[in-house]
Amino acid sequence: MKDVKILGTGCANCKNTLALVEQVAREKGVPIKLEKVEDLPAIMGYGVMSTPGVVIDGVVVHSGGVPARAKVERWF
Amino acid sequence: MSAESHVLASPSPGRWLAGIAVAAVVWFLAYSNLTAFADAVIAALGLTRATHFGEAVHFFVYDTPKVLLLLTGIVFAMGIVQTFFAPERTRALLSGKRLGIGNVLAATLGIVTPFCSCSAVPLFIGFLSAGVPLGVTFSFLIAAPMVNEVALVLLFGMFGWKVAAMYLGLGLLVAIVAGFVIGELKMERHLEDWVQKIHAGQVDPTVGLNLGWVERFEAGWSHVRQIVGKVWPYILLGIGLGAAIHGYVPEDFMASFMGRDAWWAVPAAVILGVPMYTNAAGIIPIVEALIGKGAALGTVLAFMMAVIALSAPEMIILRKALKPRLIATFAGVVATGILLVGYVFNAVL
Repeated sequence: MKDVKILGTGCANCKNTLALVEQVAREKGVPIKLEKVEDLPAIMGYGVMSTPGVVIDGVVVHSGGVPARAKVERWF
Repeated sequence: MSAESHVLASPSPGRWLAGIAVAAVVWFLAYSNLTAFADAVIAALGLTRATHFGEAVHFFVYDTPKVLLLLTGIVFAMGIVQTFFAPERTRALLSGKRLGIGNVLAATLGIVTPFCSCSAVPLFIGFLSAGVPLGVTFSFLIAAPMVNEVALVLLFGMFGWKVAAMYLGLGLLVAIVAGFVIGELKMERHLEDWVQKIHAGQVDPTVGLNLGWVERFEAGWSHVRQIVGKVWPYILLGIGLGAAIHGYVPEDFMASFMGRDAWWAVPAAVILGVPMYTNAAGIIPIVEALIGKGAALGTVLAFMMAVIALSAPEMIILRKALKPRLIATFAGVVATGILLVGYVFNAVL
């Protein structure tokens, strides 16, 4: 079970990122625990300054926009 | 991912260059034949420019492709430029810079650094935590949304290069001076406590430097799809509105209360602009309509800057990181700058 966190304050790009990650994981049949982090101090705690960011198992794998689909596929 | 699909997904730089060369030729051919195209459409519809309606249609079929061509070209180029300026890199460039030169650099980098408007606060804190001075950070935060390529292209396409250049110059000036003033006021203690304690981890300052050209071209193209895909309805609306009032409504309709003689029009425009919130593209239809009816350019540009740079929703987000006095100072300094820009524009043009 991968622990995936989407960092973002709730803008459209953050929601798109969440939906994309959820969709790709489902297509690949990878079980994930998806969580959205909207608390600013928590987001900053990961060292991410441009949202949306993506954290998998505690590691920041992406920040600064909706990730490309190909990139998301590589995570799972 | 398999090697094959990777090759399919990203063609060689050669193919990109060939594609860009062809696109550039088509672009220039199209751009240099705009008038001929509009004339042909008018003729095909059996209209003439001598009538109000014919003139309005001509205005629409000339301006729409012109602005869309300009926008696509510039946005593609900006998408490529932006790959060199990831926020992490901009932050490293600004870290430890003094007030003054730092403000100039920050405002300029604000034009080329990509970020989603909802990242404003994390970016703000990220900059501070890496040792970028408060005033320099504000210069970046003010310039980034206000002076952007979409606003410049639209102003250039609709009002000519002089208006676009003045908007660029004065927009940068507002960002630089406002940031400098905020820095001189030494308001660091008006940041929320949690912000002062945060020290962001080391972020790689070379992000974006090791990208290949194929990735940069792809970024440019995805920028085009994102931006042009989002703003084209506003552009059609703006030009449509411009066409509709072109020749119909008396040119000096707005002149009596938004003309350059009405000294109170500039402050009224700024105050009106603050609670409104939209991006550069969304405001253009309004700008087009106001100017078309005789409103003074400085007044309208002050309105546009106030809508984009100062907005109530943004202040509410900023409140999470800034104490009320710093927010009030930020709004006051920027509003004053915009007021001056409005008056200067009205006086010069």
